[in-house]
Amino acid sequence: MMASSQANTQVDGPVRAVHSPAGRGLGLGRLFTSHPVAARVVSLGLFFLVWEIAGRVPISYAFPTFLDTFYAFGAMLLDGSLFVAYGSTLQPLIIGIVISAVVGVGLGIVMGLSRKAEWLVAPLFIVLQSAPMAALIPLITFVYGIGLLAKTLAVIMLALPVIVLNGYKAVRNANPSLVAMCRSFQGTRMQQITKIIIPDASPVIFAGLRLGLAAGFIGVILAELLITPTGIGDLITYHRSVANYAEMYAAVVSIILVSTLTLAALEAFEIRVLRPEKKRG
Amino acid sequence: MTAPSASILGVPHAESDIAVEVRSICKYYSEVEALRMIDLDFPRGKLTTLLGPSGCGKTTLLKIIAGLVEPTSGEVRVNGKAVTGPGPERAFVFQDFALMPWATVMRNVAFGLELKGMGKAERQSIARHYISEVGLTGFEEKYPHELSGGMRQRVGLARAFAVDAEVLLLDEPFSAVDEQNRRKFQEDLLQLVEKERKTFIFVTHSIEEAVYVSDRIVLLSRRPSRVAQIIEPKIDRTASPDAIRRDQGYLDTVEEIWQGLKHYVD
Repeated sequence: MMASSQANTQVDGPVRAVHSPAGRGLGLGRLFTSHPVAARVVSLGLFFLVWEIAGRVPISYAFPTFLDTFYAFGAMLLDGSLFVAYGSTLQPLIIGIVISAVVGVGLGIVMGLSRKAEWLVAPLFIVLQSAPMAALIPLITFVYGIGLLAKTLAVIMLALPVIVLNGYKAVRNANPSLVAMCRSFQGTRMQQITKIIIPDASPVIFAGLRLGLAAGFIGVILAELLITPTGIGDLITYHRSVANYAEMYAAVVSIILVSTLTLAALEAFEIRVLRPEKKRG
Repeated sequence: MTAPSASILGVPHAESDIAVEVRSICKYYSEVEALRMIDLDFPRGKLTTLLGPSGCGKTTLLKIIAGLVEPTSGEVRVNGKAVTGPGPERAFVFQDFALMPWATVMRNVAFGLELKGMGKAERQSIARHYISEVGLTGFEEKYPHELSGGMRQRVGLARAFAVDAEVLLLDEPFSAVDEQNRRKFQEDLLQLVEKERKTFIFVTHSIEEAVYVSDRIVLLSRRPSRVAQIIEPKIDRTASPDAIRRDQGYLDTVEEIWQGLKHYVD
């Protein structure tokens, strides 16, 4: 950990060494390193341009141009169909993610701290993580029907294993030197867990939460495509069935957008609250 | 209370002058015998160095004294009381610094006091004092990755000073610090030893470092480790650091230890 954070502080040097000093040449390169937001806008812009050209060629009659998709997106925002769809998609997603996060992080930490809990629970989640969950989703329908419960379960089934396993590995691999340091200053076991092990494990726990959230998005969309045609999954299915390809693409892009923004928000939260040292240097 | 140490030392010490007693310590790691019947006394207010070939178990012995590692048999007594685990009269300085990367210099230095439940204002004022003692004033709000190796170990040292332990245990504190910073750090350490009047137990594999900073040097043999020799360098510590490094007594002691250790090196 020490070494990697040291590497972070030294990134400035080599970058300047590779690119020529300020004021001469490589204006675009300097723009990218000095304005990361501008860099993202430019790269997205290039992607949309390629999309627009590919749509106009056209590659396929089922492939709309970027502008058509953009207009369809605007229209779906205005007529409210996107909001209605997200209202029904986000409900099982949020319930499922909150349950997975609380249960998963808790279970992961307990498994990391106790060999007995590890022995009892770890094999189950290792199997679950490697199982093709999408194949189990139809089974949920048999047992739990097609309501909110089934969709929430689909989210939990996809999100929980990765959250549990990341939490467990993070706690098990907590820096032994820091743990010894806490012991040498007569820290209690509780202080050791709350002041050393959990903060030290938090980056990996949060990586698990990010992966779990991404898996949760997959779970809810799979549930809406396979189990019960509601929400954003229904929007995609419906527009495909009536050959409104621009609307279908707009729905697909919107879910990617929502998922990306949620993940970015989670990352920002982590840095702000748990690891203040990553804001600098 | 047996006193085999007196004969080893050659100089008898009164009981109150001994801060740490190591009695018949043996340590096995499964089948491997790391330490065999170690008996040592560490005089109060002195800096004693444990020196020996790499892998000889000097760090193990230090961690047994710290209470971080259980000996297989034998006993460690601090001020006459047997050690059963880490205690407030001992503080440890780690080879890899063991600083919390998510905490500022201030919080790291005050961490020992934070664990004892001391209030924030009080522990920060103590921490601020020791941060200035080790020469890091102005870096209180920095994070460890913003500091050089030498500065990080100064934080580790300030944290150990802050809990006001009588005995400071330093595990190769300079091994991860670059050569130039190490020299400066050694000089500063000598001043702090002078000023803080604590008992220091210091582990190193550098002969020069041992002779430069120590009042007593305990030479350990190769595994299974035993006490091979105890040397008390006769060096005038009031001289300037550069004069000490050119002092004939200093150079002779370095040579003497090297002759003693040479046959352990393949």
